[in-house]
Parts: sequence; structure tokens; C-alpha cells
Amino acid sequence: MTKTFFANARLIDPVALTDGPGALLVVDGRIAAVGEDLSAPKYADIIDCGGQCLAPGIIDIGVKVSEPGERHKESFRSAGQAAAAGGVTTIVTRPDTTPAIDTPETLEFVERRAQEDAPVHVLPMAALTKERMGREMTEIGFLQDAGAVAFTDCDRVVTNTKVFSRALTYARSLDALVIGHVQEPVLSEGAAVTSGKFASLRGLPGVSPMAERMALDRDISLLEMTGARYHVDQITTARALPALERAKRNGLQITAGVGVHHLTLNELDVADYRTFFKLKPPLRSEDDRVAVVQAVADGLIDIISSMHTPQDEESKRLPFEEAASGAVGLETLLPAALRLYHADMIDLPRLFRALSRNPARLLGLKAGRLREDTPADLILFDPDAPFQLDRTKLQSKSKNTPFDGAKMQGKVIGTWVDGTRIWGRI
Amino acid sequence: MTFRQQHLLGIEPLHPTEITTLLDLADSYAEHNRKGIAHKDVLAGLTQINMFFENSTRTQASFELAGKRLGADVMNMGMQASSIKKGETLIDTALTLNAMRPDLLVVRHPHSGAVDLLAQKVNCAVLNAGDGKHEHPTQALLDALTIRRAKGRLHRLSIAICGDIAHSRVARSNIMLLGKMENRIRLIGPPTLMPSGIGEFGAEVFENMEEGLKDVDVVMMLRLQKERMDGGFIPSEREYFHRYGLDAEKLQHAKPDAIVMHPGPMNRGVEIDGTIADDINRSVIQEQVEMGVAVRMAAMDLLAQNLRANRKPQEVTA
Repeated sequence: MTKTFFANARLIDPVALTDGPGALLVVDGRIAAVGEDLSAPKYADIIDCGGQCLAPGIIDIGVKVSEPGERHKESFRSAGQAAAAGGVTTIVTRPDTTPAIDTPETLEFVERRAQEDAPVHVLPMAALTKERMGREMTEIGFLQDAGAVAFTDCDRVVTNTKVFSRALTYARSLDALVIGHVQEPVLSEGAAVTSGKFASLRGLPGVSPMAERMALDRDISLLEMTGARYHVDQITTARALPALERAKRNGLQITAGVGVHHLTLNELDVADYRTFFKLKPPLRSEDDRVAVVQAVADGLIDIISSMHTPQDEESKRLPFEEAASGAVGLETLLPAALRLYHADMIDLPRLFRALSRNPARLLGLKAGRLREDTPADLILFDPDAPFQLDRTKLQSKSKNTPFDGAKMQGKVIGTWVDGTRIWGRI
Repeated sequence: MTFRQQHLLGIEPLHPTEITTLLDLADSYAEHNRKGIAHKDVLAGLTQINMFFENSTRTQASFELAGKRLGADVMNMGMQASSIKKGETLIDTALTLNAMRPDLLVVRHPHSGAVDLLAQKVNCAVLNAGDGKHEHPTQALLDALTIRRAKGRLHRLSIAICGDIAHSRVARSNIMLLGKMENRIRLIGPPTLMPSGIGEFGAEVFENMEEGLKDVDVVMMLRLQKERMDGGFIPSEREYFHRYGLDAEKLQHAKPDAIVMHPGPMNRGVEIDGTIADDINRSVIQEQVEMGVAVRMAAMDLLAQNLRANRKPQEVTA
């Protein structure tokens, strides 16, 4: 029996929403006891947390690992290392690889590669439609049996409403989770930024922020029809929030996420055509950003994720319209999210509700909490430690972060998966 | 001398005094051009490469002529047919060209921001000859010079810019320049051809042309960018001409001495009536072409001066 005792910690509990001193005991990879007055048992390894924050490990839904297809951009090894460095103990991978993860066979490839190379938990998602083309649904049942935790076509919207409604109906019969991207596809065609003064000054094609709500409205109608379990990958505009709030109030099984970049950056950060800030959906106005941060603090938006999207230099060093979208985020998710904490916009328990607790609940995982009989996926971090990000030091193979050179606060001191330390001094 | 730029990528980074400096120099070049006074020494020994990734006859010719009048060795590269089609990226093209050690690089590109990107990768002075829907600085400068010569000043004028504002880099550069020089700007056009966020540009916006033209000093017409009209922005050319085409009747609403401008090439009968365009009392369209050469001479002269000043220390240490 191995026992590890975390003494002198500041416990961040995203269930009770408390933030206070305490200790935590791990026995054989599981949390055995938590409490303020807990004392170390005999023969335990003692880790003195030095008053730093101990929280459930981050569960990041929507990570792109570029295996299969583009292993030079990111592999399971590099993504796993990046996750460990960033305090992410579970990555939930996207199926938008080449080829797409749309059969049990390709899914098994992902699981095998992840098992071999990644030090963190890897839970794969599968495509909702074959080749993510929006025409025929995938073998949702087989894929679920093979371990797919959710079904999504990622940033491609299933434009054919009939196909989408059938897929939702079928998924409901298996209680499968469907993750959608809300962006009215015709209105947003060719857009590189959000429409408005900035887009016009830069002469870049923009999409109205309304395109998000339009697509959300359609999907909410389909949920009323089908009763499926549905998660929106990213809500990034103020105008979409009332619709989400109504749908939740009406008892639909809907949840929503947001990428950390949309919580911490706005459209003006693109400045002089900086393609590392080209995201999908595009960065929004400051008003939208503030509204979405508030929605996370209020719990209306359930989940924060990194939307980790590795891109090599060749895909980014192009004129803005031609450049690829997306940014890496596994290692910057926590320090970026902590900007909201340092700006007094959200407290740490609520932040970890969105980073750990809610993702676990959405996927039905017994994780994301500091409770007995829970796998000891933990992170110890100093929320205040300042540093300047140097993208060349990232663990990811791709270095396309918008935070290069940014002054940030928050360092991961240690990361544990099932009670085993995978990052930090041992 | 108050012109500190290394490149001419847009009007946005220019200070009003830099604009004035450039226009003053261009003005003298315009006079000398008329008198046939040569300045072959100004860019002597320098190489100018014109890289046009998008078709252009007049702008390319104007830059070429400007360079030759100042004694530069001018080379034209038609990029539509070249390596870009073979899959070379813009950065690689830039690095290849840079290795040929040009001094002045004149670039037109169909994507906004592409010229900025290129300028980051080369050691020479880059002039933006139009990038996507972003900027076309020499056009705005030649328009400004034309206005200043016709009106005797470049401030406190009421200037209407009419037509396809949304797709026009000329409009963006002009709004920027005329705003910096403290003029009143009126934007006139159907709402479908107005860019988003237009209310925050510090200009008055009109959907009715008669109202918009009331008492203006300058009427600046824009080309209806037919090649970019892929989304059905207007119902038909004839309805557009009826509502937004400049004819004698609509021009009556402007000041009696208002001048008419157009960046060319014109679609007669679509955005402008042929008789207005040819009216030597109102139209300054031919003068705009003439000022184009003078403005480009001035821009290249100033950039070459800064280039030489920046290069000197390196040559001494080398």
C-alpha cells in the first residue's frame, strides 16, 4: 500500500466551492481522505505543499493531437508532456485528424498510441458523421463500445438539418454525448475575423457575431425535437447567452464550453495581421469577452478548455486570410485562465468548476473533485508565480501560441495522475 | 526633413507632417515633370522591383515611370504566372527576392496584410501598391495632392466618397488620410456596400446620394468592384446607376466649384456618367493620373533617403 500525504495545502474544492487550508491523503492512487485537521498516517510519503494550491487535475475537452496524419505538428508523446506541464490530467481528443476518427478501427489506433506514449489520461472523441462530411452518421454504437466519450464533427457544422436531427435522435438512444460547433455556415463562409470596425480597418473578411446565435438557435430547436444530450464546444458572444440560458431553464440537456483564448484575448489582439491570433471562431469584441467571462463565473457556461490546435510555422506564416486557424493551449490554459482570477472576475473554486469538475460530470467521470474514492489526479500550483512565456520552451511540437512573450502568473509545481507524479520535482 | 518611415505600407502609420512633407516634394516633382526637368540622379544605382500579384496596368505603369524618371533600374515581375502558382509561399518569394538585393520593392497583393508580412522579411524599402481590401496609400496621397492643388488646401474641406466602400482599399486609405488632415468626410452608398462598424469611423454616412452630396467641395467616386461582387450586393447595375451613379443632376447638390474624382478605371454608365467624367471644368481625373507619378516619385525619393541613411553605418563597419 503506497500512501502519499499532501500536507499544508490550500485546497481548491470545485464541488463545495471552497478555498482553504487543509491536507489530502492518497492511498494506492486514489484520494482516501481530505480535511483541515487531517494528520499524516504512518509510513506515508509526505509532500509539503507550502501553502500552495492543490486542485483536481484539469480535464481538457477538445484537444487536437495531430496523430494520425500530422505527427510533425503534435504526437501523443508531445501532447502528453504538454498536458503534464500544464496541469492537465485528462485530455479528451478531437477526431479532426487525417483521416478523421470515424471508425472503431481508427479509434483503437488512437487509444493504443495514447496508451503507449502519453503520461496523462486520454479519452478519445469520434466523428459524428463519416469523414466529418455531414452526410451519414458514424457507427455511434460501435464507437461508443470502443471507448468514444463523445461525438463531434469539430469545427464543421452539420449543415444538413435532416442528417443532424437523425444523428441526434440516434445518439439519444445510446445516451451518447454530441458536441457541436455553432456558426451559421453560409454567413461565416470565408470569414477570418469578427465583423466590425477592426475588420473593416484591416480589410479582412468578417463574420457577424450573430452567426453564432443563429446556429445555436437551430441546434436548440433540434434538441427540443430529439431530446439528445448536447454540448456546445464554444460560446463566445454575448448575444448567444440568453438563448443558452433559456434552453437550460427549459430543461434541455445542453451544456456549453468556451476556449480560454476567447476569455483572455479580443479581436484587437490580432493587431497587424498576427496569424497566431487567428482562431475559429474568431476573437470577439471586448464586450463579448467580458460577457462570456461573467457567464463562466455564473455557471451558465460550464466548461473552459484550451481548444489546443497545433499548427506548424508553414501553416501560420501566410497572409492572414490564408493562414490556418487555431492555437496551442495545453500549457497555457492554467496561467491564461488565472488572468481572470487575478482580475477578480472569478474565484479559484469556480475556475476549477469549469476546468475540472464540470468536464468530469459531462463525461460521467469520477474525477474533477477532492473527495474520497476519487482517482488522485491532482495539480499543485502557485497561482501568483510570475513568468514570461517563451514559446520555444513549450513541450508541444507546435509553438503557435498567442501568448509568446506575454507576462503571465501561475506555475504548475506538480501534476499527479492516479497518484503518480508525472510533472515537477520528484 | 520629417519623414521617418522605412516602408510605405499604409496611411495609418503616417503622421500628418509626414504626409505634408511627401505632398510638398511631390508638388515640386509635378512641376518639374511638366517642365521636363530630369532627376536621374535621385535613385541612380538603386534597383526597384515591381511585384504585382494582382493585375494592374495603370498603377504598375505609374510606379515604373516614377522610378525611371528618378534614374532607378526598374524590373517588373508579373507574379500571377510565376512561382506562386508552383506552390511557393509568399515568404519564400520574399526571401528569394531579398537575396537579389533590391532597394525598393513595390508590391500589390490580393490579400489584406500580405505586404506587411513581406516587409517583415526583406531588407529593402517596401511600397504597398494595394493589398486586398486594406490600403492603397499612394492612391490616397495622389488624391490628396490633386485636391490640394485644386482647392488650395487640404483641411476643412467637405469630401464625399461614394460607392463601393466595403470592398475598396482606396476608400480606407482616403478616409484615413483625409481624417488625419482634418476634413469632413461623408460616405455615400447602399448599406450593402458599407463595411461593418462604419458608424465608428468618424465619418457621416448617407444612403441617399442627393443628401450626401449637399454642399461638398470634393466628390470622390469609387469603382464598382465588379470582380468582387460575388454576393449580390446590389440588385442591378442600372438600379445602382440610377441611385448612386454620378450625373449632372446629382452633382448639382454639391458646391458649384466642387471637383469630381475617380481612381480609375471607370465604369462609365455604372458609377459615373461619361459627360461628367469628361467635363474639364469639374473632372480632375486626368490630373489624378499625372499626380500619381509625382507622388510615387516623392515616396520613393523619401524612402530611398531613409534607406541610405540606415545602411551607412553597416557599410562602415563591414
